[in-house]
Amino acid sequence: MAQALAWMAADPDARLLAGGQTLMPMLAMRLVRPSKLIDIARIPGLDRLEIAADRVELGATLRQVAVERSAALAEAVPLLAKAIRFVGHPPTRRRGTVGGSLANADPAAELALVAVTLGAELLLHDGSAVAAVDFFLAPMTTALPEGAMLTGLRIARQSAPRRGTGFREVAMRAGDYALASAACEVTLDAAGRCASLRLGIGGATPVPTLLPLAALLGTSLTEAKPAIAAALAPLEMMSDGNAGAAYRRRAAQALAEQVLADALAEAMRCN
Amino acid sequence: MQLTLHVNGADHAIDVDDRTSLLDALRDTLGLKGTHAGCEHGVCGTCTVLLNGEPVRSCLMLAAQAEGEVVTTIEGVTPAPGELSVVQDSFVETHGMQCGYCTPGMVLTAHALLRANPAPSRAEIVEAISGNLCRCTGYGQIVEAIELAAQRLARSNTP
Amino acid sequence: MTVQLQPPFRYVGHKRRVREDRRFVAGGGHYAADLVLPGMLHCAPVQSEHPCARIVAIDASAALALPGVHAVLTGAELAAATEPLMNGANTPLVVRYPLAVGQVRYAGEWVAMVVAESRAIAEDARELVRVEYETLPFVLDGEAAMAPGAPLVHPPHGSNVLLDRHFVWGPVAEQFAAAPRKLSYRVRWGRSSTVPLETFAVTARWEPTDAVLDVWASIQMPKFPDQIARSLRLPGNAVRVHYDVDVGGSYGVKRGIKHAVLVGHLARALNRPVRLVEDRLENMTGGDMQGPERVFDVELAFDDSGRVQAMKMRALDNVGAYAGRSPFQLGKPIGAIVGPYAIAAVEYHALAVASNKTPQEAVRGFGQAPTNYALETGIDKVAAVLGLDRLEVRRRNFIRADQFPYLIPSGTTYDSGNYHGLLDKTVAVADLFAERDALRAQGLLAGVGIASCLEPSGGNSSFEPLLNPANRTTTWMESCRIHVDGLGGITAAMHTTTSGQAHETLVSVAVAEVLEIPPERIRVIRPDSLASLPSNSPVGSRMAIMLGGAAVRAAQKLRHQLMQIAAHDLGVPLLHLRYSEGDIHAPDGRKLSWLELVLIAHREYFRLPEGMEPGLSASSIYMVPTGGQLPLDDKVQMYPCHSFEFHYVLLAMDPVLCRPEIRRYIIGHDCGQVISPDVVKGMTLGGIAHGIGAALLEEFSVDAQTGQPTAASFMDYLLPSAHEVPRVEIVHQVTRSPLTVFGQKGSGESGYLGSPAAIAGAVNDALAPRGVRVDQLPMRPALLSDLVAEGTSA
Repeated sequence: MAQALAWMAADPDARLLAGGQTLMPMLAMRLVRPSKLIDIARIPGLDRLEIAADRVELGATLRQVAVERSAALAEAVPLLAKAIRFVGHPPTRRRGTVGGSLANADPAAELALVAVTLGAELLLHDGSAVAAVDFFLAPMTTALPEGAMLTGLRIARQSAPRRGTGFREVAMRAGDYALASAACEVTLDAAGRCASLRLGIGGATPVPTLLPLAALLGTSLTEAKPAIAAALAPLEMMSDGNAGAAYRRRAAQALAEQVLADALAEAMRCN
Repeated sequence: MQLTLHVNGADHAIDVDDRTSLLDALRDTLGLKGTHAGCEHGVCGTCTVLLNGEPVRSCLMLAAQAEGEVVTTIEGVTPAPGELSVVQDSFVETHGMQCGYCTPGMVLTAHALLRANPAPSRAEIVEAISGNLCRCTGYGQIVEAIELAAQRLARSNTP
Repeated sequence: MTVQLQPPFRYVGHKRRVREDRRFVAGGGHYAADLVLPGMLHCAPVQSEHPCARIVAIDASAALALPGVHAVLTGAELAAATEPLMNGANTPLVVRYPLAVGQVRYAGEWVAMVVAESRAIAEDARELVRVEYETLPFVLDGEAAMAPGAPLVHPPHGSNVLLDRHFVWGPVAEQFAAAPRKLSYRVRWGRSSTVPLETFAVTARWEPTDAVLDVWASIQMPKFPDQIARSLRLPGNAVRVHYDVDVGGSYGVKRGIKHAVLVGHLARALNRPVRLVEDRLENMTGGDMQGPERVFDVELAFDDSGRVQAMKMRALDNVGAYAGRSPFQLGKPIGAIVGPYAIAAVEYHALAVASNKTPQEAVRGFGQAPTNYALETGIDKVAAVLGLDRLEVRRRNFIRADQFPYLIPSGTTYDSGNYHGLLDKTVAVADLFAERDALRAQGLLAGVGIASCLEPSGGNSSFEPLLNPANRTTTWMESCRIHVDGLGGITAAMHTTTSGQAHETLVSVAVAEVLEIPPERIRVIRPDSLASLPSNSPVGSRMAIMLGGAAVRAAQKLRHQLMQIAAHDLGVPLLHLRYSEGDIHAPDGRKLSWLELVLIAHREYFRLPEGMEPGLSASSIYMVPTGGQLPLDDKVQMYPCHSFEFHYVLLAMDPVLCRPEIRRYIIGHDCGQVISPDVVKGMTLGGIAHGIGAALLEEFSVDAQTGQPTAASFMDYLLPSAHEVPRVEIVHQVTRSPLTVFGQKGSGESGYLGSPAAIAGAVNDALAPRGVRVDQLPMRPALLSDLVAEGTSA
């Protein structure tokens, strides 16, 4: 780690290479020309997966496939397990890393959406942490300081007994970057009313965005449509050759409603 | 850059440009032409090889990154010259290919799938091969090949 | 006239392993990019950044100074040393060389070619080539390119219209005047292509002492050696194309003339083997492999029962920057312009228009799939206008089984068919309308799609003289040569490349059927072009018919020679002998075994009939069974055989997300006598998958402001994955062709010719309850969702 940081400090044109699933195509197309590639995949401990009672920590070079295959992680953070299957395809998940996906900050990245939705923290090499909502600044742009290295993701565990999650997205093909995606975690009180709600949108907006839905707390969540629409209204939607902003707004609304319904149904099944 | 790659059960000392991809090292330096280049930007899966038994895209790895890992190419799953593995033979039986260009990647992906999951459902097969594009077959006879291989392997001990 | 072999067959039509598959699963295919020659140099093209610009200057000095760089070839240098590439349309002032000369006409066009010790060095060097451009106005849209004042892609030609042919077959005006009902509509077919997973690859080596150019190329191209020789100003026998290259998919597009001419020139000029293997981005921008991009304006005249009496169709194809063979893709569909329907009169206006887009190349079906989409859309619209069932309207318009052979207005006679039978058989599999209604009840948009269409097969070139009278080519042959060696081994040769169609299996089965010897005992080879008989390559869904026909003919000649030997040796009249599994039996119980016959032919000349040449060898150069007449009165017999396919599809989508999902896909397929069942099945499934891409996903989009391609990689050009292609249920019917050796028809384009139409029909049926329709491909989620949200049509 120290060696990697020293090389980065010595050469501002050096780039970190983790799983390579984004950087390697850019190199092949000669879209980026780093002076040096620093392969961080073998830094000891950087691929850790720690599941504690109150939180989980995913090391930056933890392969996405390890997230997919950990039953303990799926139990601890079920939303992550639902989202990970939408990340690329099996062979890209075999090489792709948690940290690589987060640091790349693609607006459609599922892991970034989960991080924002669950209020996760991104861990830096110096021991500091940045809240996910503050980390993603713009497409492909993060708050990661020059010369810093992302070392992991910390997610607090939700301990409420009546909890449900949902993750959905729409993409041109299965495994493609999402045109729009939505992630949701909800908890219910004993009476079945909403005790907490986190609902995030990805793909449609320049960065994964948590919707302000405090008005729904304490409700049965069956009339969430207007609140979601109101929360989406001020957001800027992206537009590209695959889909315009109007489509993304409608898709975000529809997916948000659907993941909320999924999460609610799951929470109601808990006793 | 001098490297030692462990490919198909043997160590190979090679000397390549730093920028050489694993795909190019396999094809051009080691002469293993069964691994094919399709897009070289990580979408089509034509260049699939097994890394420690699992499918990866060899175009998205530098040769240097494969040092110390176990690499298996299509040449490495063929049991002996002129013979075919059960998976390969199943692809022949169902005609799970046409032009053959994506076939090595598909066969390797099927090998890895069946080792991890000896009785995959159709949906699991589709998911496993979803990162490997085929332009000839529409995938139908490839899925049949993997289903057939699973049945055959269930009755035998050799992959 | 072909004497047809009758079932039951010994090998034809039986499940049998495809012999090519053994080498492919072992990674043993021999693709063009696998070839390594000593001293081989590598190429990287310098591509145009502009859709239209004058080349002011090219400075390659920095590139040439890079160690390992051998040459930077420019268009001016190449043009001085070679003849222009062949021009299909009658447009002598549309001149084309492999590299741009003086002007670039599309973004991605090759401007110069860098040759270096390695591909990596060539790529490094091309970044150092400085090209100074003076940008010019450009035009991207086909209709805009026809408008007065549009920028001219080829100013000397004086117009952007490369082909403008107007046909009237039958009493069109009278039918329209008399018809109680008429409708008109427009459909658009987006620019997509076959996009094989192997890019184009070619290696050439010049042997100065023999004065022969050896070429290994991933091609599927008629008259490929001739075209290279002509462009390089070489005698025809100085170009040796190695057909034993396995081609990693083509489906029409792997033509590669410009690639091969350029590399051939470089190999001679540098006296080193030179290879060019496109990378994917080069392939998609400068590889000249994009397909038709069409606007159809159609009018139908019909009666209250839904019977279509006449059709007027204008097809405007944006063929891109150069002509090539692409305008002919408007011609081939003339051979099935009425589809499976008894439409008596047709007016057809074919327009090929140049634009500043990548040139168009031949795509699976050679223009038939877009035409089928236009026609099927109309049949659906007739049903909608009259409130009739879409299946019933098709039944009412189908040519009946008792009407074959059936002459359509444009001059082609359909060989055979039973369209009603296959429709009924297919819809009997499932009630997709009931399944659709169940999905609708769940709140989904759901629709059933139907398409019935023909696959003209056995390809000839009749569209060439029809569209371009200066071109009188009608000969369109395929060939096979069989040789029995001194030990009795059988070797059959085919004379073209193969790109996944299992031609070696085809030849072995056809020869085996005649010689009654197992296909496994027959070796099939692909000698080089100088050792080959004439061939026209696997285009036009022709090889089952044509190569199969040639193999049978050659085998029959060989069998006849064996019979003559036996008749002489046994002293028994030939007609009294019985051939069985290679042995020949006399009525009196005597026999000559295969090995004895071989012995006589190869070693015991004294036992041969007088005048017979020794050895055992036979060949056939087989002509399309309907011959090759020139057009008369704008009519001509196009392809000889007509396969039929009936698509029956259920599709559903979320009403907001509008991502179409195919829930069930049933296809009825009739290609006559099937030779290799697994091969036909694979072609059909693969064709459907390709059609799913064309209908829903794939498009070579271009930025309207800049003229830059925006789908230049597999990240933007979306090939269907295993997730997007459903399981397909196939319903078989066999209506034999009377014209072919086994009664077979073609299947190389099956599935693709109707799936886009069927899927489009299903999408529109799904949208119908919302009162919107879409008549353009591809139908992508955002397009559909926007229409639903706005309540408009497109």
